[in-house]
Amino acid sequence: MSVEAIGQRLVVGEQPAPENRPSLRRRAGRLVLPIYTFLAVAYLFLPIAVMIAFSFNDPRGRQNITWQGFTLDNYATIWGRPDIIEPMIRSLSVAVISTIIATVLGTLIGLALTRYSFRGRAPINMFIFLPMATPEIIMGASLLALFVSVGWQRDLPTIVIAHVMFNISYVTVTVRARLAGFNRTLEEAAMDLGADEWTTFRKVTLPLIFPGILAAALLAFALSIDDYVITSFVAGQATTFPLWVFGVSRLGVPPEVNVLGTIIFLIAFGFIGVQIVSQRRRASSESAPVPRIR
Amino acid sequence: MLRRYRWLTPYLFLLPGGMWLLVFFVAPLIVMASVSLQTGSLGQGYAMTWNFGVYPEMISQYSGFFIRSVIYALIVTALCLLLGYPLAYTIAFRGGRAKSILLLLVILPFFTSFIIRTLAWKLILADNGFVLGTLKEIGILDSGFRVLATPISVISGLTYNFLPFMVLPLYVSLEKIDPRLVEAANDLYASRWQAFRRVTLPLSMAGVFAGSLLVFIPAVGDFVNATILGSPQTQMIGNVIQRLFLNTNAYPEASALGFLMMAAILVIILAYARIVGSEELTAG
Repeated sequence: MSVEAIGQRLVVGEQPAPENRPSLRRRAGRLVLPIYTFLAVAYLFLPIAVMIAFSFNDPRGRQNITWQGFTLDNYATIWGRPDIIEPMIRSLSVAVISTIIATVLGTLIGLALTRYSFRGRAPINMFIFLPMATPEIIMGASLLALFVSVGWQRDLPTIVIAHVMFNISYVTVTVRARLAGFNRTLEEAAMDLGADEWTTFRKVTLPLIFPGILAAALLAFALSIDDYVITSFVAGQATTFPLWVFGVSRLGVPPEVNVLGTIIFLIAFGFIGVQIVSQRRRASSESAPVPRIR
Repeated sequence: MLRRYRWLTPYLFLLPGGMWLLVFFVAPLIVMASVSLQTGSLGQGYAMTWNFGVYPEMISQYSGFFIRSVIYALIVTALCLLLGYPLAYTIAFRGGRAKSILLLLVILPFFTSFIIRTLAWKLILADNGFVLGTLKEIGILDSGFRVLATPISVISGLTYNFLPFMVLPLYVSLEKIDPRLVEAANDLYASRWQAFRRVTLPLSMAGVFAGSLLVFIPAVGDFVNATILGSPQTQMIGNVIQRLFLNTNAYPEASALGFLMMAAILVIILAYARIVGSEELTAG
């Protein structure tokens, strides 16, 4: 029996039966925070619920702002709307390429900052935070100034360059957090058993930090596919999905945009659901997380 | 032979990412600084004239936008703190086994496009949308009442969009607090409020500070919420910078405004750090 349970029994045993007005008040008081949390989560999901609901709307005309009637048509017609699908494909390609580059570069920096002590480590540790602390509009505007003065045509490659730039810091910080709680004795053991540095890295270090790298890549992907502010400065004539949605929002957003938003949300929901399940499973299995070296 | 050069390894790891940041983060800022001091036009080209006069000129011309942006961002930061603290507190101290799920629930809405979320708020706050329209039909609100295109809609949009940046650092700092410290305070006859005020709150100040910065900085520079939810009267400095850069091609003026905005942010952050107190920050 836990200490808490014993304490509770003592309290219950001692409690005088009639005078329980204050305990009622206290019990009501204990409900305030959970109720608040429920309301706060509901608030956070409110626009998502609206987005999903209006993906089933059947608007007449361009404006999808009042409820007209339920339909599933939007989920079929979207595939015949290249004006929506093409920006989405562009966004996906930019996100995939920039995520891969940023994950590799950011992980290398994270490894350097946690595994080695070298001259200039402290200032670099600070420097890596700067892009995260700079307003997006400044990063976008200054990149525009650079591209204009160098004479680079703004197009998909410049978008990729910008996305890699702002994602490196996020990847580094995420990977570094994972590496901070890392047990070096495992690597030393591998070396003692005759593994060379590369084998140790591949068989011991990499599997252990892989969840951190994966989390960093997912974050980078999410930030890239959603970025509007920086992209708007460096896109030139290319339209990514956020740029396209913003562009048509003045005239009225077609319900197919809500359909795509809903699909993206469900994918993110699925990803996170899988993570929770695997986390639970890992927590319940008692096996120690020691990697095997073959 | 190779061993002699082992000290180079960390620098090799840093090189590609570091170069990327130098070329595409640091160099652009330098270019922007130089552009801000040039005169000319896009057609005829720019020439460096060391025109420092553009800075006072921009301050006098756009001071209203600066003040509005800073006020909006301060209100947004305060609102995020008020809304986010109880949420982070509940997850950290009362979350139990549901901790990670609750945290993911807080983050999940933000995997949907920023633009689509803001457009959804436009729908929710619309003059005759399902919220205000219904309230007006019942007669609770006057038919002329509106939220959209007012400062309230811009501020609420910013608050919604930046709330997770407040909740996450708050949660991290609250989660680290040893609950036994609060118990000790209670044992020493502190009321629940006193224990919170004297133990929990000071220990979470690092999270309060980090969260405030993460909300304040992007809020000052934002122009998306003001564009979608606001009116010409609620435009922020970000709107001006974006318009001068992308529509008017007034690069020197826009660059100067960008640096003035960064300077304003820096001054406010330093003042805030002063108020919060550095000794409390290191305690977290």
